[in-house]
Amino acid sequence: MPERTLDAVYSLAALQKGDRTEFARLVDAYSAPIYRLALKIVGTPQDAEDVLQETFIKAYRNLSTFEGRSSFSTWLYRIASNEAFMSLRRRKPEAVSVDAEIETPDGEQEPVQIVDWCCLPEEELLTTESREYLDVAIDRLPATLRVVFLLRDIEGLSVRETAEALRISEAAVKTRLLRARLQLRERLSQYYGERIKEAA
Amino acid sequence: MTHTHANTECRKLLASLSEYVDGALDESICDVIEQHMGECERCEIVVDTLRKTVELYRSLAPAPPVPDDVRARLFARLELADLLKDIS
Repeated sequence: MPERTLDAVYSLAALQKGDRTEFARLVDAYSAPIYRLALKIVGTPQDAEDVLQETFIKAYRNLSTFEGRSSFSTWLYRIASNEAFMSLRRRKPEAVSVDAEIETPDGEQEPVQIVDWCCLPEEELLTTESREYLDVAIDRLPATLRVVFLLRDIEGLSVRETAEALRISEAAVKTRLLRARLQLRERLSQYYGERIKEAA
Repeated sequence: MTHTHANTECRKLLASLSEYVDGALDESICDVIEQHMGECERCEIVVDTLRKTVELYRSLAPAPPVPDDVRARLFARLELADLLKDIS
């Protein structure tokens, strides 16, 4: 798991009393991951900035009702995800909502690309070009899968926290995470498979 | 090489793959999966590359800092601009 750097303790009591410095510390600590999440969901810096601002405005307005049952990060990711999906819907009304039912009884898409690229040296797996491809591969995921993957595997939330942040069941998180990971594996297998062929 | 998981065991494995690479399955289920992988090279490759896919993404750098201008506008919008220097 990525290192969790957002576990710093903030005083809920101080925040709820309107302590501006404490709120500024909270904003400072969480703005980078919230901005990254927003950027990966909405796709443009301008929309991501709007999501970032709206997230903290809503957080500030709703601090009085925050009971601390979830962590600050889970709560902020929840607000940010909602804002990002609202932004997506404004631009693309046909875009599905975060809680859309996508689970089907048909099972998972079967793996097609069978290339063992694990043997590639780390420096080849993570070249500048490869990193760009990893990024593009995420962008190509459907939004409902992308947000689950981002929260779980990039931001490091647990399955339970991801479910709380998105207000979906843990079973739905697991299903979407599996689909997201399988789709990414397919794309990476194709990409690294070509690198292996080129090197042969 | 392409692969179609026609085999029932392969299809069963697919549904558990994500939790398997997360180490979230009971030992008994892991044993079944590992026994199958010992007999099915293709599933072994799928599992190994899925695990590597997750590892690669998790190894990426933490979120880069918010661009200075975006950060300044955020603090201004929140009426916290006067605190920006203090917390940097």
